[in-house]
Amino acid sequence: MEPVHFTLAGALAAMQEGAISSVELTEAHLRAIDRLNPSLNAYITVTADRALDAARAADAQRARGEAGPLTGAPIAIKDLFCTAGVKTTAGSRILADFIPPYESTVTSQLLRDGAVFLGKVNLDEFAMGSSNASSAFGGVVNPWSRPGAPLVPGGSSGGSAAAVAARLALAATATDTGGSIRQPAAFCGIAGIKPTYGRCSRFGIIAYASSLDQAGPVARTVEDCAILLRSMAGHDPRDSTSADRAVPDFAAACHASVKGLRIGVPAEYALEGEVQALWDQGIAWLRDAGATIVPISLPHTKYALPTYYIVAPAEASSNLARYDGVRYGLRVPGEDLTDLYERTRAAGFGAEVKRRIMIGTYVLSAGYYDAYYVKAQQVRALIRRDFTNAWGVCDAILTPSTPTAAFAEGAANDDPVAMYLNDVFTVTANLAGLPAMSVPAGLNGQGLPLGLQVIGRPFEEESVFTVAAAIERAAGFTTLPGMMA
Amino acid sequence: MSLDAKTVRRVATLSRLRVEEADIPRLQAELNGILGWIEQLQSVDTTGIEPLAGGGDTVLPLRLDAVTDGDQAEAVLANAPDRAGAFFAVPKVVE
Repeated sequence: MEPVHFTLAGALAAMQEGAISSVELTEAHLRAIDRLNPSLNAYITVTADRALDAARAADAQRARGEAGPLTGAPIAIKDLFCTAGVKTTAGSRILADFIPPYESTVTSQLLRDGAVFLGKVNLDEFAMGSSNASSAFGGVVNPWSRPGAPLVPGGSSGGSAAAVAARLALAATATDTGGSIRQPAAFCGIAGIKPTYGRCSRFGIIAYASSLDQAGPVARTVEDCAILLRSMAGHDPRDSTSADRAVPDFAAACHASVKGLRIGVPAEYALEGEVQALWDQGIAWLRDAGATIVPISLPHTKYALPTYYIVAPAEASSNLARYDGVRYGLRVPGEDLTDLYERTRAAGFGAEVKRRIMIGTYVLSAGYYDAYYVKAQQVRALIRRDFTNAWGVCDAILTPSTPTAAFAEGAANDDPVAMYLNDVFTVTANLAGLPAMSVPAGLNGQGLPLGLQVIGRPFEEESVFTVAAAIERAAGFTTLPGMMA
Repeated sequence: MSLDAKTVRRVATLSRLRVEEADIPRLQAELNGILGWIEQLQSVDTTGIEPLAGGGDTVLPLRLDAVTDGDQAEAVLANAPDRAGAFFAVPKVVE
């Protein structure tokens, strides 16, 4: 077997048994990147020398009997996590040459646990998008395709998902503000979890919408996500919204039974066609595995996307005010300081980022704040209350991950609102701060992967992993993408 | 609530984004498309509902009001587009 086909768990076990070294694993991934990245555009920056140095150090550490939970495992880092001394772009021209002087908490914990970073992977600009088309470094190509049409990998973590699906990394970090882990995971036929808000520190993650942003892993199995999340998660005093809670052994939860668990199925999500059929299949799998299926109601879900498109741009307009051409990032000279700001931001930001900054500025401006922003915060409270009510009768919720499989490049780019609808099933978990995972569950009529989503109670990622792993076992999803190392 | 061209210019100024006059009609159409779609929120009854600002339930922690970092001028300035000694440099603001 080519070393790039190991699962993360399998690679760690093989290194422990001495069947393979980190250097061999890392070299195999770097070869795969050399061969396929020109076609996929998943990596913005490949740090081959650093990766090989880290791999040699990892092998030495393991030889000394001091291996950590991830020692020697080559993974990819979404280019939204600051990495000390390594260019971090957020997929934007405005940060095209930015080299952070510090390391994000999540990546520093991965390094602490021995992970080898292969490089920084592509994303929608500032994580704003559902197709990866808004990256200043070009779109990412989905390793899955249908005849004649290159497909998008989803977004914003499209580079993370494409790299993992095509075997250019064992796993990857990602972030999710409205669906940016789960939608690309579903489009690329892999697993991904957005944990509870506060589970992973946001320190050193370039901010988009701070009350919604949350980091999480994407990987080819549910258990691999569990292994990576354990290292990413944990309290950090440098993020005041980081939760001071013990991090459980998420991987153990992947082997628990769903027997006795109550699975909620929201009445309002009724669909047609193959996505509904897959959802019905998922319900049947869980029932067969011993779970109890209960109908629930999430009546405010239909207002979740408009709510999100007030809250997220509002926070983004504030967060992105820092890009002014003065302290770091691109500068375009101007006649005076204001002209410098305006020219820098006009040249540095892409169209979707500008739209969101302007929407956010408008909904926060005098005279409109109550009608838009406060209203959205109130609807957000109602969306969360829907879930709180549901938790009275169920332990986890099952929905489709996305309304469709991956679409062709350019298909939805002309209409911003059409693009926003991709996140219809995922965005509620961000607004309510809940953990939610996408797991590959089947193929559509064109042979493209579809995912199912499991949503859990706050800080009950373990239930999410238990249910997602049960779906993974029942689905037996083994189809591979057309473009793969 | 539909944005006219004047409001689009004003929002661009507040956003510190230079917008060319030729781009105003396109921006106006895009922003109105988004705002028109968002308008459906007005049909939700939110009487007496406390606005929810944050993503989590955690009460924000207090910390000591103490200096924990500093003397990092070189690191702070490492990415500056322009500098003068230990300072960021910008075009002349005061004549």
